[in-house]
Amino acid sequence: MRDGVIGRLRPAPEGFLQPAGVQTVVAQARAGRRDFLRNAFAAAAAGLAVPTLVAQTGPAVPGAGEAAILELPEHSRGLGQGVATDGYGRPSQHEANVQRRPSPGLTQTSQSSVSFAPLQSMFGIVTPSGLHFERHHQGWWDIDPTRHRLLLNGSEPAMLRRPMVFTLDALMRLPSVSRFHFIECGANTGMEWGNVAVPTAQYTHGMLSCSEFTGVPLITLLEMAGANLQRGKFVLAEGADGSSLTRTIPMQAIRSGEVLVAYGQNGEMLRPENGYPLRLVVPGVQGVSWVKYLRRIELGDKPYATKDEAIHYIDLMPDGRHRQYTSIQECKSVVTTPSGGQVLLDRGFFSISGLAWSGRGRVKRVDVSVDGGRNWRVARLQTPVLDKCLTRFSLDWVWDGKPAIVQSRAIDDTGYVQPGYRQSRAVRGTRSIYHNNSIQSWLVQENGEVKNVQVA
Amino acid sequence: MSRLPDQSGWRLVFLLGLLGLLVVFGATAATASDRFPGVGRAATPAELAAWDTDVRPDFRGLPPGSGSVAQGQDVWEAKCASCHGIFGESNQVFNPVIGGTSADDVKSGRVARLTDQGYPGRTTLMKVPTLSTLWDYIYRAMPWNQPKSLTPDEVYAVTAFMLHLGNVVPQEFVLSNRNMQEAQARLPNRDGMTTQHALWPGTEFGGTDRADVRARACMQNCPDAGRVTSTLPDYARNQHGNLAEQNRLVGAQRGADTSRAEVVAFAPAVPVSAATPLAAVVAKADSAASNSKLALALSAKYACTACHGVAQKIVGPGFSEIARKHPGKVDYLAGKIRSGSAGVWGVVPMPAQNLPEADARIIAAWLAAGAAK
Repeated sequence: MRDGVIGRLRPAPEGFLQPAGVQTVVAQARAGRRDFLRNAFAAAAAGLAVPTLVAQTGPAVPGAGEAAILELPEHSRGLGQGVATDGYGRPSQHEANVQRRPSPGLTQTSQSSVSFAPLQSMFGIVTPSGLHFERHHQGWWDIDPTRHRLLLNGSEPAMLRRPMVFTLDALMRLPSVSRFHFIECGANTGMEWGNVAVPTAQYTHGMLSCSEFTGVPLITLLEMAGANLQRGKFVLAEGADGSSLTRTIPMQAIRSGEVLVAYGQNGEMLRPENGYPLRLVVPGVQGVSWVKYLRRIELGDKPYATKDEAIHYIDLMPDGRHRQYTSIQECKSVVTTPSGGQVLLDRGFFSISGLAWSGRGRVKRVDVSVDGGRNWRVARLQTPVLDKCLTRFSLDWVWDGKPAIVQSRAIDDTGYVQPGYRQSRAVRGTRSIYHNNSIQSWLVQENGEVKNVQVA
Repeated sequence: MSRLPDQSGWRLVFLLGLLGLLVVFGATAATASDRFPGVGRAATPAELAAWDTDVRPDFRGLPPGSGSVAQGQDVWEAKCASCHGIFGESNQVFNPVIGGTSADDVKSGRVARLTDQGYPGRTTLMKVPTLSTLWDYIYRAMPWNQPKSLTPDEVYAVTAFMLHLGNVVPQEFVLSNRNMQEAQARLPNRDGMTTQHALWPGTEFGGTDRADVRARACMQNCPDAGRVTSTLPDYARNQHGNLAEQNRLVGAQRGADTSRAEVVAFAPAVPVSAATPLAAVVAKADSAASNSKLALALSAKYACTACHGVAQKIVGPGFSEIARKHPGKVDYLAGKIRSGSAGVWGVVPMPAQNLPEADARIIAAWLAAGAAK
């Protein structure tokens, strides 16, 4: 009853499957394939009729050949469009599915909300600025850069000898640096602490982006203002929007020169949704500290316990205490292709690919498993492999049409190994919301559809 | 000269040395601020006062003022209750602010509910350890749609009212800059925080360098490989919208068509016409203005403008001339564009133009409607 066609999901336009044939196959599949998920592994183990043929070549083409080749398309027979049709170019109209999206029901307002980057459709390590994930606390603004100011002050006069004001003009006169870094929300993957909650990599891991940021090291500005870096132990960063979001910024990252007062993103100015015209860049630290619409920096001798470090962005532990000032995004990875909500087109060769990162340094190694973590193989790392930056990995895989659980596990240059859910929950429980860097599992079913699952 | 200096001499050496250090220090400091002459300026006291409003847990930055529970209730009902509910209990717009704490918590400084693994919600009052946090945030960011509009007295009042809703302070309480510490000492979760973790870069909080979760990278026959413990329930299949529409049209995978039951996942990709006319994409644009824009863009795309000016004749007649001669004749004009024309406007014939019917009709409709710019 089941021939090789089940699990071999060919793209439709070739037209080698007649509609009636599809109906028949679907009907057969429906009759024999209830409770697929539950039975997937039992079925495989019991050696039931699971197709094992692996496609060696692509499907045969009926007739003389494909219409796509035999009938010349319009773009080969006519005149194309002229230059500067659009003064700021946009993606192809055929890429309209690739968008950042909110997760339905996650928030009740759109101004204090999140949109997730479509990781499943992205290549390499750089996030196109228009697809960068969004997190706003009180709505976004497009601020006039000529009227934006950055103020530096001390919690008391002795802390900073010369409180200063910088315009964008002033900041952009200073020597700048450009660096690639990832930014990840502390609550990324937070919905999955207790159980599977969302279907795709976009929603499980999409509060993650990576850009080249351009700006001035904050330490330079503090030195210009005569900061007392012996007494000053904490820095408060404050935004100019309605929430005037504030966070306590770690001095260690400032002293090292890593923290930037940034205006540039991927070769142009920051996008309004990402803090135009000025934001803080705090590499390795969760996104909420990368204060957008940055208007003020205060140097002080005590931490600030702001709303987003005393009420939110605190991690509930099993003993009922909250961890406060959790900041570093620990080593983590996710397979983006294939990933949840996708359907494999056929059996045969696939390049498993994904992203790895660490807030403590560089990714040293990524392992990939296709059997739910029983056996692992070392994946290729694509260069560049940068500090506190996304790293792309890949692994060759021939899918035999049987159920497979695909996972990745990253290791950073401190030796830290990304944990599984069992290990994470044993220490942090399931109610933390924040800092879930557990190993992600994708179940590739016989029918080619990929599901978000958890393995423990 | 060989004589050792006496005590006053040592003092002189010491003072000279100190002076030298000061000079060096001063020079270093001067270098730091003079390295970029002309960049940035000093902030004025008024500017500092306008923006430096933050309040720390030790209440540095707290302005003088006061407000009673009763006054706070008026502010709350006018400006807060629409989102947070009359009693701070609402879950409609934001997470609940008040609830889940007890008189015992006020005594102990730990919210007992937080140890209950089965208790789902966490209110603001169950979490917040520092009263400064509430004051600072309300002053800088509330109300939601009118941030920074409350006076310090209103913030004291509304903070007092919230504490009263949580049974932290009595009905007649008046909160002020003088008794914030007193109220702080009654916050239910004031001792509920820890900084003993490795997620802060640096030693300021006395945390640890050692990661709390320590995994090993087993490679073969690993014992932890487990069973599937959690999956998305079937009823949630389409909860995030049709995933087929959230994936690229080409690639190793397609998005699953979650608008249908799973077994229909056989034909994953919706066939894409190879020749989607530009018009189909922009067809939603209905207004006259965007129609002209589109028609002009199409006439440029198909090189109509090489021979037709908008108002004037080039080789063929201007668009406005055509519009005057053939008002309302969409079909006629679309046909002429696609099949060519001769003898209507002069001796030079127009060859048949190769463009999709839909695009030809957009240009024709625009001409028939007057060829407005």
